Amino acid sequence: MKDKKQLLIRALRCAFPHTLPILAGFLFLGITYGIYMNVSGFSFWYPCLMSLTIFAGSMEFVAVNLLQGAFNPLQALAMTLMINARHLFYGISMLDKYRGSGWKKFYLIFGMCDESFSINCTAELPQGVDRGWFMFFVTLLNHFYWFLGATLGGIFGSLIHFNTEGLEFVMTAMFVVIFMEQWLKKKEHKNELAGLLLSLCCLLVFGAESFMIPAMLAILAALTGLQERLQKGENSL
Amino acid sequence: MTWTQQLITIGMVIFGTMLTRFLPFLLFPAGKPTPQYIRYLGTVLPSAVFGLLVVYCLKDVSLFSGSHAVPELLSIAVVIGLHLWKRQMLLSIAGGTLCYMLLVQFIF
Repeated sequence: MKDKKQLLIRALRCAFPHTLPILAGFLFLGITYGIYMNVSGFSFWYPCLMSLTIFAGSMEFVAVNLLQGAFNPLQALAMTLMINARHLFYGISMLDKYRGSGWKKFYLIFGMCDESFSINCTAELPQGVDRGWFMFFVTLLNHFYWFLGATLGGIFGSLIHFNTEGLEFVMTAMFVVIFMEQWLKKKEHKNELAGLLLSLCCLLVFGAESFMIPAMLAILAALTGLQERLQKGENSL
Repeated sequence: MTWTQQLITIGMVIFGTMLTRFLPFLLFPAGKPTPQYIRYLGTVLPSAVFGLLVVYCLKDVSLFSGSHAVPELLSIAVVIGLHLWKRQMLLSIAGGTLCYMLLVQFIF
């Protein structure tokens, strides 16, 4: 019993510093989202419950528009699938890492937003920290920050005045750092370059609204091509 | 929209989000061997996906109007510089964010 408690505390202590940038980012974005719901005429129960059940930041902003438009559930589903298609890549990447985490696995998958995925996929843990519980606390803390921000924003709405313009950049900065960490760890950079350059090209060609799916397909094609070359290279040796 | 219609719409968003998150785990359950191609993707996708995420964060920044992406590019340069220098994640993130906030609040 005491061992279990220590295991949990150790995992929580290890997880918390990793989530600090997300604490800043999610409180800010969550409050913004709550205020947005508030000024769009929804009671604070909406951001409060939606932040708990959807937990996909950008999608929740889009959901506000969906709720204000004409009733069209199929369109709502199609848009959600388009915007969140990138989660498919996260799932494939985490098939192994989430394995063996028991009942926690369901919650880990449920809460696999960009930020939770990024930390759980790349964090290197010191010895003696249980990976399953570490990933669980990372997800839970992030979920809580988002919920707290959205609810505060929904309740206090336009009462909140403080100059936080630009704080949302904390998310971009975090992804840049994680990208660099991946880069610095390896000698070969083909996959990193493929991801970055193909996404940029697709953004320039297709525009901000619709570049995601073409970018994902291009990345898949490139990685598949690289694998075939890899195998051919092995065969010719 | 009526209350029921709102509920259905929110339900659709929840269902869609969960589908994108759970689908790989449903298609390739832990009990069965995962096809080699998917295992290969699982090892190479993480390195490719963070580039996609960085671009995704910057998707609404315009090179040709507004501040011409100068605050974004400068702040990313600060993040990269700090990270190459100290290699402390939180320091690089905080430094870059602070730089961006100062730039958009006082200069641009």
